[in-house]
Amino acid sequence: MNFAESFRIAMRALAANKARSFLTMLGVIIGVAAVILLVSIGSGVQSSITSQIEGLGSNLLFVFPGQLEGGRGGPGGGGGLTKRFTLEDAKLLRNRLQGASFVAPAAAGAVTARFENRTAKGQLIASDENIEQVGTYKIATGRWYRRSEVDGAARVVQLGSAVTDQLFPNTNPIGKEVSVNGQRFRVIATMQKIGGGFGGSQDTVVYMPVTTAQRLTGSTDIAEIIVKVTRSEDVNQVRAQIKRLFKPRFGAEFTVFSQEQTLSLLGNLLGTLTVMLAGIAGISLVVGGIGIMNIMLVSVSERTREIGIRKAVGARTYDILSQFIIEAVMLSVTGGLVGIAIGAGGAAALKSVVPTEVTWWSVALAFFFAAAVGVFFGAYPAYRASKLDPIVALRYE
Amino acid sequence: MAAANEENGAAPSGGERAVLEVSHVSKVYELEGVTVDALCDMSLRIRQGEMVSIMGPSGSGKSTLMHIIGLLDRPTTGKVVIEGEDASDLSPNQLAQLRNKRIGFVFQAFNLLSRTSALANVELPLVYSGVTGSKRAKIAREALERVGLGNRLGHFSSQLSGGQQQRVAIARALVTEPSIVLADEPTGNLDSRSGVEVMAILQQLNAEGITVVLVTHDANVARHAQRIVEISDGRIVREEDVEGRRSAKDELAAMPSPVEAAAEGVSAK
Repeated sequence: MNFAESFRIAMRALAANKARSFLTMLGVIIGVAAVILLVSIGSGVQSSITSQIEGLGSNLLFVFPGQLEGGRGGPGGGGGLTKRFTLEDAKLLRNRLQGASFVAPAAAGAVTARFENRTAKGQLIASDENIEQVGTYKIATGRWYRRSEVDGAARVVQLGSAVTDQLFPNTNPIGKEVSVNGQRFRVIATMQKIGGGFGGSQDTVVYMPVTTAQRLTGSTDIAEIIVKVTRSEDVNQVRAQIKRLFKPRFGAEFTVFSQEQTLSLLGNLLGTLTVMLAGIAGISLVVGGIGIMNIMLVSVSERTREIGIRKAVGARTYDILSQFIIEAVMLSVTGGLVGIAIGAGGAAALKSVVPTEVTWWSVALAFFFAAAVGVFFGAYPAYRASKLDPIVALRYE
Repeated sequence: MAAANEENGAAPSGGERAVLEVSHVSKVYELEGVTVDALCDMSLRIRQGEMVSIMGPSGSGKSTLMHIIGLLDRPTTGKVVIEGEDASDLSPNQLAQLRNKRIGFVFQAFNLLSRTSALANVELPLVYSGVTGSKRAKIAREALERVGLGNRLGHFSSQLSGGQQQRVAIARALVTEPSIVLADEPTGNLDSRSGVEVMAILQQLNAEGITVVLVTHDANVARHAQRIVEISDGRIVREEDVEGRRSAKDELAAMPSPVEAAAEGVSAK
């Protein structure tokens, strides 16, 4: 007897008990769908964050106040105990660092921009003219603020695309006067759309020179200092220079972070999270497999007589074994395919809420795991069936 | 036993070819440490084209002998040769293949697959002998036509009467063109008319040249065969040719019409 024949017999048996077959498959369907959905969320978040960070450009070092690596508070999270950076600290690095192509201070805050009767709330990103070279933020129309405007704390702003859309739905904003936190600014540029990142849009943003921002908020603090290293092989050497320069001022209360470190840290974190999610979902797949074994054992004892008849008319051990294994594998593989469809569909549906990414490896893994579950948990019942003595099986009531 | 051996020894002088030869077969079961001799040094020849009844009360070893003849079981000692092939030492899988090729079973309880059409039931032995597709369906259809069920191909076994189910079972026994059709109490679960109908079919098949072995406890049923082998306590106690063999066809003609019989059958149940 060939495979096609075993397959047909198995299909007929499954079709004879449709409700039971479906309920048995449900365990696998849920398991596979859960694996695919959770892994897609995990890797979606991971790649979204990774691409945001990679967008910051290479060879960048970020200097934060506070000791991040020691675990005592995050960047700027020192709760006021940590000494903050000022423009003086940025200037020190700019003057003394060897091998850095630029040093840019960066400040942030929340602002409200107004034009005529329209209002837009946004994040403030403030820096000096070097920020252009970081490369994340790109001009749509207009120009970046110049060095002279940074030095003179000129009241110029660049508007992120979402802010532009809110304030200037129909008109060209370039050259217009907007009010930011009650003060008047001239619009010199609009920015390209970046798109929704994880945890809020990156387009509801207002850019201005850091000196202007300090005047606006009445603070001399800056949140971080961005250093671009000229050659990537010098990153560690530049980092050592920064540490040496800042040690007298801040002791250990500052952190130098490379983009690579940020990526690998986040990558590790999110990777672990993804594997954990997949593992939890995998447990339900195993439970589904036990469900298959259970129902196959019931099926074998229910069909003892059938097995006896088949053996009497010439079925060999292998024929019975393959019939029942195929039945179990059909349950798990069909369940797996439905689970993949549901998992992928769910991932697509969730895309508006959470970045999801259905990875081929999670689909392959879930599918082969489901098939393996069928073989593994189907093997014992099938073996029992194949070893039945035809005389005993025929007498079975 | 001595008588049996003499009989056996005399049989080859009939000149007809033996389809199946059981020689000096014993079967010993061990049940909870107690050994039971189900068959003791039994020898039997079944000739090509013959219709033989194996008769005996329950516990006589009749079922054990049927299992050995049907290649469902192996003897403890002795030899079973079917169509010149020694089946005594074959593995379960080899026995399965030999059963498929050589033996057609008709059981008392019909033993059809439930929720399966008559045609698919009849195809079953062909599935395991590797016949596929339209050829398989054609052979099965012809077998069903042969037992008068050409118009019931797609019916499930649950939609057929007992007599019809047994006829499906007979068709299933025929499809691989076996050396022996082995019928174990084929009328045991049937009303009298259906029983006679089934016997008529078996006699008809035998007349067409098929070897039939009938296992029964019922002397009246046994007398439809040409020869009766009587068994008791695991030994052959008598072996005789039937004088005045019964013809199921004649009995059927003498019976009331099928409509009345059907009504009777229903009320009897």
